[in-house]
Amino acid sequence: MKALRLSVTRALGGAALATLMAAPLAAQQPAAPAGGGAATLDAIRARGTLICGVNTGLAGFAQPDSQGVWRGFDVDYCRAVAAALWNDPTKVRYVPTTAQNRFTALQSGEVDMLSRNTTWTLSRDTSLGFDFTGINFYDGQGFMVKAAAGVRTARDLNGATICVQPGTTTEQNLTDWARANRIQFTPVVIEQLNDVVGAYVSGRCDAYTTDVSGLASTRSAQPRPQEHVILPDVISKEPLGPAVRHGDQRMADLVRWIHFGLIGAEELGITAANVAQAATSDQRPEVQRMLGRTGDLGRMLTVDNAWLVNVIRHVGNYGEVFERNLTPIGLQRGPNALWTNGGLQYSPPFR
Amino acid sequence: MSSSTADPRLASAGPPRRPIRLSWSDERLRAIVWQILVVGIVGAIVWWLWSNTVHNLEVRRIATGFGFLSREAGLPIGESLIEYDPTHSYLRALTVGVLNTLKVAVVGVILATILGTLVGIARLSKNWLVSKLAGFYVEVIRDLPLLLQLLFWYTILQGLPGPRQALNPVEGVFLSNRGMKLPWIEWLPAHSWALVAMVAGIGATWAYARAMRKKQYADGQPRKIWPAGLALILGLPLVVWVAHGAPFTPDIPALRGFNFRGGLTVSPEYFALLLGLVTYTAGFIAEIVRAGILAVNQGQWEAAEALGLRRGEILKRIVLPQALRVIVPPMTSQYLNLTKNSSLAVAIGYQDIVSIANTTLNQTGQAIEGIAIIMLVYLTISLSISLFMNWYNARIALVER
Repeated sequence: MKALRLSVTRALGGAALATLMAAPLAAQQPAAPAGGGAATLDAIRARGTLICGVNTGLAGFAQPDSQGVWRGFDVDYCRAVAAALWNDPTKVRYVPTTAQNRFTALQSGEVDMLSRNTTWTLSRDTSLGFDFTGINFYDGQGFMVKAAAGVRTARDLNGATICVQPGTTTEQNLTDWARANRIQFTPVVIEQLNDVVGAYVSGRCDAYTTDVSGLASTRSAQPRPQEHVILPDVISKEPLGPAVRHGDQRMADLVRWIHFGLIGAEELGITAANVAQAATSDQRPEVQRMLGRTGDLGRMLTVDNAWLVNVIRHVGNYGEVFERNLTPIGLQRGPNALWTNGGLQYSPPFR
Repeated sequence: MSSSTADPRLASAGPPRRPIRLSWSDERLRAIVWQILVVGIVGAIVWWLWSNTVHNLEVRRIATGFGFLSREAGLPIGESLIEYDPTHSYLRALTVGVLNTLKVAVVGVILATILGTLVGIARLSKNWLVSKLAGFYVEVIRDLPLLLQLLFWYTILQGLPGPRQALNPVEGVFLSNRGMKLPWIEWLPAHSWALVAMVAGIGATWAYARAMRKKQYADGQPRKIWPAGLALILGLPLVVWVAHGAPFTPDIPALRGFNFRGGLTVSPEYFALLLGLVTYTAGFIAEIVRAGILAVNQGQWEAAEALGLRRGEILKRIVLPQALRVIVPPMTSQYLNLTKNSSLAVAIGYQDIVSIANTTLNQTGQAIEGIAIIMLVYLTISLSISLFMNWYNARIALVER
């Protein structure tokens, strides 16, 4: 008995020592809450790389190419931020996030910003603790079915089995729409994009629903895209945009104005090819302010005054970003055309 | 040893007690100091983690609390044991998830026990082919990761033809990539009452058997139990059903539109999960059963045969009670494993508690509450299994005199 008690005491002592030693280690871990709204931006500068939460793999939006380099529309927004900060779009570490873990990744500080075709909603803006920095893609939810199924409109889907990813607005829109139209359906809810698409392709589901952009991306990745039809019905508004944490005002300002800068550049006809020349010789006052020849708009954003020159030089303007990434997967500009062309993309003035 | 032990030799009070000295050389004082220190440190760490979390959530203005449970869920659920539609609350949705987890865990535990026992006995068979096949099964199944096996079964089930070309092995039964469709009956209150009567009948049979056994111990006369048992278990529900007017409307699945309507559905997700969990866990149970049987000395068989007992009687009265002593404790671990492994359902789209709680925490953004709910559910289920198995273990333990 005595020997036993002794060994227990010793074990407890050892445990106490171990916890004592672990405690200071743990104390260094927690991400410091934002102070004055610049903490994250300061941390990014100190680290020298931006940590960007992107999709796990969605053609056109975020996907590693054959060399393992991330490419896509959302990826270009990460690259643009890195270009504005360091004139080097490669200083980004990409963290692939699923529909389900993306919010915790941003909340916990695992990523600095989320550029992952995420829909801006009221509850995400408030109770999730995020700030959306603008709408870089106006999307809507649609359905894809097999051409052989003979389905013409979404209303024909009564009684169908529908594949959907969990934890998305997609899931809620689907139930809202079914309720409003009195349509019965059986959901098949699978988290991983590849698996949910696999279930649809194998015939487990009659239809697959997500944002129309995502459908176009999935369809283009199929061996025979013509076997799949995207139905004309769009059942929801899906304004997609990058998000940062609540309280990161500096970061939010930067990401927001990079987005407006991309649009403003397209409005003014500034492209990756002519930006260097425009920065020195364009006589329009707004161009001179934007590109940092006059005024100090860049410094107001706490970055180099030539920030937008660097962004445009590396990623191009909004139109170029769109054409490079989304036109190949079969998406039209549609509502994402400039306001001057009947679209919704519009930039507040640079002054 | 309880204090009421009659033997005075065992009733000694131990060494005489002496007061604690305020000196480091006093062993009891050292023990007390260490214990206070450890408890204090653990308490401080927990407090620090808690306050740090609460502070950070407040700073980021992330919602906290369980108020979301009563809000409308709006999430679709494919299969549910209770009535559910997206207008119900998150609480209801989570309840559906718990029931789905229990549905796969309870059925899985029963089937895995049966399959595992059969394979375990087969591996001890004198038939070369049977024992080698059982050995092959065990070695392959328990060496492959469960997640891989689940995906394997799910992929196989997705390879079945579509509903329009569904396999139809027996009249009314359809096999397609939408799952298995079975004929069923239109469920009415009469059927529920009949089910209640059957449960009551089983209870009554058990009590009857107990009473008869007591009589047998008293006068040594064996008595037949099965006629009364049959009447109670089958006859009673039948009488209740007829008393309610004997309603019977068959519900045969039929192809209408995209899919089959009517009948009973076993979804591919549920079936793949059940198949994966049962075959995997059975591999481990088989080895436990084999170990349990081998742990009973051969001499026990021989001695029992020498007494003139029949083989079945030997197994029932001599070998099994001793084997169960070895089998039950590791079996409890396997049941717990199966239950916890059911959370891999997320990978193949079966909506268990993890899947639904994940979606809930995603839509409400309240990760800590969501994870807490998942942990609470598994803790409750696992502790219940442990409690039951510990009770059973104590019951079957050999009473040593």
